[in-house]
Amino acid sequence: MLVELFRRLRRAPMFRDWPNACATAVAGAILAWLGYRFINWAVVNAVWALPGEAGPVACRAIRGQGACWAVIHERFRFILFGTYPSGDQWRSALACGAFLSLYAATAARASWKPWLAGAWIAVTPAALLLLHGGVFGLRKVSTDLWGGLPLTFVLSTFGFSAGFPLGIILALGRRSKLPAVRVLCTAYIEIVRGVPFVTFLFMAAALFPLLVPEGFTVDKLVRAQVAFIIVIAAYLAEVVRAGLDAVPSGQLEAAASLGLGYWRATLLVLLPQALRIAVPAIVNTFIGFFKDTSLVAIVGLFDLLGAAQAVIVDPRWTAFGVEVYVFASAVYFTFCFAVSRYSRRLEQTLALADRR
Amino acid sequence: MAWQVAVVVLVSIVVTIVAKTTAANLGARGIASGYDYLTRAAGFEISQGLLSYSSRDTYGRAVLVGLANTIRLSLLGIVGATALGVLVGIAQVSPLWIARTAGRVYVEAARNTPLLLQLLFWYSLWRQLPGSDAALSPLPGVFLSARGLFLPRLIGHAGLPWFALDRPSLVGFDFRGGISISPEFGTLLVGLTLYTAAFIAEIVRGGIVSVDRGQTEAAAALGLSELRILRLVILPQALPAIVPPTISQFLNLAKNSSLAIAIGYPDLLSITNTTVNQTGQAIEAFALAAACYLAVSLAVSIAANASAGALRARLGRGALHVG
Repeated sequence: MLVELFRRLRRAPMFRDWPNACATAVAGAILAWLGYRFINWAVVNAVWALPGEAGPVACRAIRGQGACWAVIHERFRFILFGTYPSGDQWRSALACGAFLSLYAATAARASWKPWLAGAWIAVTPAALLLLHGGVFGLRKVSTDLWGGLPLTFVLSTFGFSAGFPLGIILALGRRSKLPAVRVLCTAYIEIVRGVPFVTFLFMAAALFPLLVPEGFTVDKLVRAQVAFIIVIAAYLAEVVRAGLDAVPSGQLEAAASLGLGYWRATLLVLLPQALRIAVPAIVNTFIGFFKDTSLVAIVGLFDLLGAAQAVIVDPRWTAFGVEVYVFASAVYFTFCFAVSRYSRRLEQTLALADRR
Repeated sequence: MAWQVAVVVLVSIVVTIVAKTTAANLGARGIASGYDYLTRAAGFEISQGLLSYSSRDTYGRAVLVGLANTIRLSLLGIVGATALGVLVGIAQVSPLWIARTAGRVYVEAARNTPLLLQLLFWYSLWRQLPGSDAALSPLPGVFLSARGLFLPRLIGHAGLPWFALDRPSLVGFDFRGGISISPEFGTLLVGLTLYTAAFIAEIVRGGIVSVDRGQTEAAAALGLSELRILRLVILPQALPAIVPPTISQFLNLAKNSSLAIAIGYPDLLSITNTTVNQTGQAIEAFALAAACYLAVSLAVSIAANASAGALRARLGRGALHVG
């Protein structure tokens, strides 16, 4: 029986031939030693959950030898929902659920119909209403108490639903035959794409008070959201432009020969095909901007990363930043990895469907 | 024609309204306009940088210091990311299972977490290193502590044909002599390199995989070793697919260097932000910063395209000619 096991092991990819077997053995030994030390730190010697003041004390006692997961156990609600009042956190969770259902619905090809666009436009205001309250007997919660995961979802989803139409217009404008329109769109796209995103967040934070009439105050969240929309539009414009360029020119010529004007040809013939080609790139852009929502932590908004940082600033938990960052990374990684796997599968499915 | 006029008129109206409101607001708050502030003394310190600077220097010099820091960070990051990215990309197509899997794990972990999170993670790890008195010393003359990484520096003596090593030594609480890399700069370099290298590795892998299998088989039939196949047959043909996205990643790295503001490293954006806080002239300062970043992007793009052309020419001469 041992012989059988040995034979099956030998056929495994990591032991298939001598170089593989040696490399795996050496690397495996190193990884096993590192893994042993990591498991010791993360699981065996770790402090899992101690309520009240016992948590930080016990954690400090095993500092360096064991992980302090008690910080997650005590503060995960703060990391996920920020300073949102704990009695109303079900509304935050419900808003997150609404966004996740929207993404899940978008992923299913069966639902790629016009109502999906309506859903994207409708979900964010609905979630904002839910979070803000003041109607239907829900208690009003001001925006400076919002934070955590709902903020991340709101910034990325609304940024995309508003930035997508704007990006399409910019892409069409960049391809336009009218020089004024083309110059304006090209300048916008190139400037916005050439400057770091953080700069736009700071610009929005500093310039908004100067750009609006005296007496108006613009909410910090609104400033960040506008910065998002401006930047997402420019990046999506490039992605859509690549899709537009990939549609064979015969399509537009056929549309012209049928007597369709510019707008009808664009909306009915060009855009549907271009967007279909651009879908994997659009999904990848979404992943990129979902990660970039973490940058609002720099301008003082408490998204998932901002809330995580706030936990670390607390003197009781300052020494356990590594554990908190690992938890935040796990949340981001789960979402982004799932979406990127979906994107890869989507690319293959679309490529297969295109081969007629 | 009518459309163009309408668009131009609309944009002009919007711009005029915004400009008028802004001018009114600036006047109401007593904020000056124009770039005269660049010649005034800055009054704030910059803790680390390539160029010398003191608080008596002008805002203009402060911006220059920030720009120099950004450029240095970007250049070192690009070099490191390319080296690591090409290595990991090639490892991902190697016949060694462990190399492929380790590469995959690294690439997925780095690409699916935000860069800011990775930077903060490395920074918090660095600050948990022991202090100066218990600094780690993996090699003689090399010290790693929570205060920074200290390396010996080669100094050439004028006239004499040999070099001496300037070793860092502990003086009080600090290390003197040698090259010192602050935790902020080190974290940014490590974080940016690891993050961008993961993207470059994916691009390199994609480029290598896109070369037809028949090429490898034909080269093997000619008796070439694996390494020579890679160097002479695959890489020259994969380069056209690899170079443009890689240049795009270089530009991303240059832009991501602005995250230095979150770590406390005085780069261009960080100094611009301090300037805005002190003078209130947000529009001028940010416009200048944006122009600098655009210039850096343009320079990186031109330099990278030129090097790619030179590389293609060199590899092309030694490669098998196909087709």
